[in-house]
Amino acid sequence: MSLDPATVRRIARLARIRLDDAEVPPLQTELNGILGWIEQLNEVNVEGVEPLTGGAQMALKMRADEVTDGNIRDAVLANAPDRAGDYFAVPKVVE
Amino acid sequence: MTYTIEGTTGAWEVVIGLEVHAQVISNAKLFSGAATAFGAPPNTQVSFVDAAFPGMLPVINRECVAQAVRTGLGLNAHINLVSRFDRKNYFYADLPAGYQISQYQHPIVGAGSIEIELADGSTKDIGVTRLHLEQDAGKSLHDQHPTKSYIDLNRAGVALMEIVSEPDLRSPEEAGAYLRKLRTIMRYLGTCDGNMEEGSMRADVNVSVRKHGEAFRTRCEVKNVNSIRFVMQAIEAEAKRQVAVWEDGGTVEQETRLYDSARGVTRSMRSKEDAHDYRYFPDPDLLPLVLDEAWVAELGRSLPELPDAKRARFMREYGLPAYDAGVLVAEQTTADFYETVAKGRDAKLAANWVIGDLFAAFNRTGRGIEDSPVSAAALGGLLDLMADGTINGRIAKDVFEAMVETGADAATIVAQRGLRQVTDTGAIDAAVAQVLAANADKLAEYKAGKEKLFGFFVGQVMKAMAGKGNPALVNEALKKQLG
Amino acid sequence: MHDFTIASARAALRAKKVSAQELTEAHLDAIAALNPRLNALITVMPETARAQAAAADAALARGEAHALSGIPLAIKDLFCTGGVRTTAASRILEPFVPPYESTVTANLLRAGAVFLGKANLDEFAMGSSNMTSAFGPVTNPWTRRGDNRALVPGGSSGGSAAAVAARLALGATGTDTGGSIRQPASFCGIVGIKPTYGRCSRWGIVAFASSLDQAGPFARTVEDCAILLGAMAGHDPKDSTSADVPVPDFAAACTRGVKGLRIGVPREYRSDGMAPEIEALWQQGIAWLREQGAEIIDVSLPHTKYALATYYIVAPAEASSNLARYDGVRFGLRKDGEDLDQLYENTRAAGFGAEVRRRIMIGTYVLSAGYYDAYYLRAQKVRALILRDFTEAFRHCDALLTPTAPSAAFGQGEKMDDPVTMYLNDVFTVPANMAGIPGLSVPAGLDAQGLPLGLQVLGKPFDEETVFAVGAAIERAAAFNVLPAIRAGA
Repeated sequence: MSLDPATVRRIARLARIRLDDAEVPPLQTELNGILGWIEQLNEVNVEGVEPLTGGAQMALKMRADEVTDGNIRDAVLANAPDRAGDYFAVPKVVE
Repeated sequence: MTYTIEGTTGAWEVVIGLEVHAQVISNAKLFSGAATAFGAPPNTQVSFVDAAFPGMLPVINRECVAQAVRTGLGLNAHINLVSRFDRKNYFYADLPAGYQISQYQHPIVGAGSIEIELADGSTKDIGVTRLHLEQDAGKSLHDQHPTKSYIDLNRAGVALMEIVSEPDLRSPEEAGAYLRKLRTIMRYLGTCDGNMEEGSMRADVNVSVRKHGEAFRTRCEVKNVNSIRFVMQAIEAEAKRQVAVWEDGGTVEQETRLYDSARGVTRSMRSKEDAHDYRYFPDPDLLPLVLDEAWVAELGRSLPELPDAKRARFMREYGLPAYDAGVLVAEQTTADFYETVAKGRDAKLAANWVIGDLFAAFNRTGRGIEDSPVSAAALGGLLDLMADGTINGRIAKDVFEAMVETGADAATIVAQRGLRQVTDTGAIDAAVAQVLAANADKLAEYKAGKEKLFGFFVGQVMKAMAGKGNPALVNEALKKQLG
Repeated sequence: MHDFTIASARAALRAKKVSAQELTEAHLDAIAALNPRLNALITVMPETARAQAAAADAALARGEAHALSGIPLAIKDLFCTGGVRTTAASRILEPFVPPYESTVTANLLRAGAVFLGKANLDEFAMGSSNMTSAFGPVTNPWTRRGDNRALVPGGSSGGSAAAVAARLALGATGTDTGGSIRQPASFCGIVGIKPTYGRCSRWGIVAFASSLDQAGPFARTVEDCAILLGAMAGHDPKDSTSADVPVPDFAAACTRGVKGLRIGVPREYRSDGMAPEIEALWQQGIAWLREQGAEIIDVSLPHTKYALATYYIVAPAEASSNLARYDGVRFGLRKDGEDLDQLYENTRAAGFGAEVRRRIMIGTYVLSAGYYDAYYLRAQKVRALILRDFTEAFRHCDALLTPTAPSAAFGQGEKMDDPVTMYLNDVFTVPANMAGIPGLSVPAGLDAQGLPLGLQVLGKPFDEETVFAVGAAIERAAAFNVLPAIRAGA
């Protein structure tokens, strides 16, 4: 599976990373290099193998339904590049 | 009677599936310890986890899991003892992590069903495909600034149950009945308050149309409809739009739309123009959710009686007609109220009073079962005065109105206003004699065979006695004196 | 002052032969002198360090000696430190000041440690050379014999390793997603351990690949690493993947010896292209352990050769999602745009370096519709086979011995032409991350050019004690006492 320039642009768009036209060809080469190398996995017989999804072999622990956090509005907003009153602000979104 | 849209080429059947997002009742959020209460000042119920700060990690709230299990059990659904959380990746201003933690491949609850009742008294089983747990997003405010949207993350991370129906619904009415029934079940269970105005229950509506006997055609999703009425309107509007598209020789494109309730039309969502590729994958910050079978069984044992079972019991135990029983069980508080009134009394009479006089009083006073102007005990007291002959049914209506007005109990009002029923046969005989004497012409007509005038005489006697005469004794005395 | 180990400094502090403030000042002086050259620390925290040292002295004076009272450490700049800028060596987090302390660093502070500063790393821990840092490369304190050209310290925890090797700190924290502790430890001639996945809390550590990331320590001796890990580890209810298991006395395990232990030597690690001196060092390590009474067993890990390719699907996939939160809205860098999507795209293009962007792109691609099964799902299945290989091997042995890295430190700017060449650095370390097992690198010798080489000890899940015992045995046998050219007190 080899990436064409349109796919490189589509992935960049999905990942929300701006890509100038000049950046597409070298990136395409690099990504295809990596993907080509990864294709060695096709040699492995994985029939009937359950995928391993995580690093830990345990079941999920659950916490009690108690309010233990929040009420830290200013700390939450302190790093905001654009704080408007008690809100985060972004360019207007049209739905 | 099948609901159809009449087009120029004939009748079109409407196929509807609903995805309901129901906010779980819990103190804290699904994966963080921040509070969930509605209406808090902006960004006060936000933890660093909810705002997706670097290095923050989710830890699941046991109660949210329990609520999903309860709801699943209430929908007669299969509980999956092993489920998993996935990330649904997309960028949006009110989605801080850039992904929503949801359950894609392995939901906590599998297939179930909901029985809906329709206006013609028929019932229909609607399949529930699945129920899964996921995080709510924050809220974007678009009207606070000319060029900016403001983000409030209070709601971000609150637990939602997404309940997906099969495409079994065929009319706006069925969709409305499904939503009302689902809401009733969740309210009984205490798992979601079903308050659509506050957004704690929202529906995405999948609509397609087809000619009778056809396979499904392309569907559109009308997103985030926030009242049952709007859901019903949106279905009709969207179905009509699709019929027009097909009949114009066009093709309905699968897309996400919004319902504009002011104009009564659906419109395409601009922000969703990009074909989405959510890149679901198992959330590596969380492990498989493994439920203890005994815990699930314990949750099952502690479920309240649900509306279908309660309605059946009301019909069986109290001899109520299906309609009355259905009305009474629509809200658990109403059912409880009714049972308090009915206990040890004439159950049918109790139902008539609750559904008739009490509901009328609610409409008049703008109050409801939670702040009823007449308590269940007080209404029971009124019924007791009727049962023991202290007052008759006509007077009871007046007493009830006085109870609504003053808040006093029935016995006090009867005593204060001298409304006790007259059972003194001497007084009744005297009143009968007086009425007959004053209406000699009518008496003559009666004797000539116009027997329906009996009712006229009863009315006149009761009027003479200010309504307080015991109806049975008045009847008896009249019959005797009329010979 | 600069020849202390953590163990010896701890003894000296308790015996009042040195004060925490003296120790801290000496290290701050070393940083002032050498950091401009090494670039090992992104942020130096002199005020905080002095206050913590004073508090440690006060505690020591009261007779309240904690495990690390007064011990000066460097903290990889991937651990969020309350009120202290935390960058992940990325432009996108350059202005970020976390209002919280990671669990691991909070544990270290509770143990009395002194934080000297935040150590440089590959951007978002993505790299094996520390060349991808937005704050410039780190210089390895070691140089080739007769060649002063700057070498890389390895990565991603290159700043931590360089700081400890150059004696700017007695120890440091690192994180290891595919070898980011063990490979720089090997390149810098020090000890580093990636413990079992779940041993240290990930809460408050900037995430790279959640199912692989694990924190661990660097120090100049195996015992020091054991002391540090003991303070860092422990169950944390804030991390769902943190293991609720007791933390044993790791330092005590260092003296156990290897008599009677069965040490597995995985035959598949002996690749055709292995450098002869790496092969020779490995054989030397095997001989040392055999001499000390261990039984050497040949084992097979047939899927291990696929671990690196598997890693380059799993890690970028998780990273592409983990790094979605860097969007210019709530913290960090923002580059405005006409609308929200432009703001995202501009911010992320300007904020992320080339390697991070590359990995986000790969990760986005392998998860995207139509490719998930071919890449991600297949990788998870291969990952299951890799774990199965280790589980099977550990039925026959107590620990495994392998080289840490395929080469010694290389020059800054080398291996940069092709990403895959750089990725191959982690060929021996990545399998442990895929399986979640503990791995330690201990310096065992020098290559022909006088650069340090490490051997890797891999253990069963949550059996770091055996790993420390074997590591300490190699350390004793190797008697590695060569010092880097650039170091405090030189």
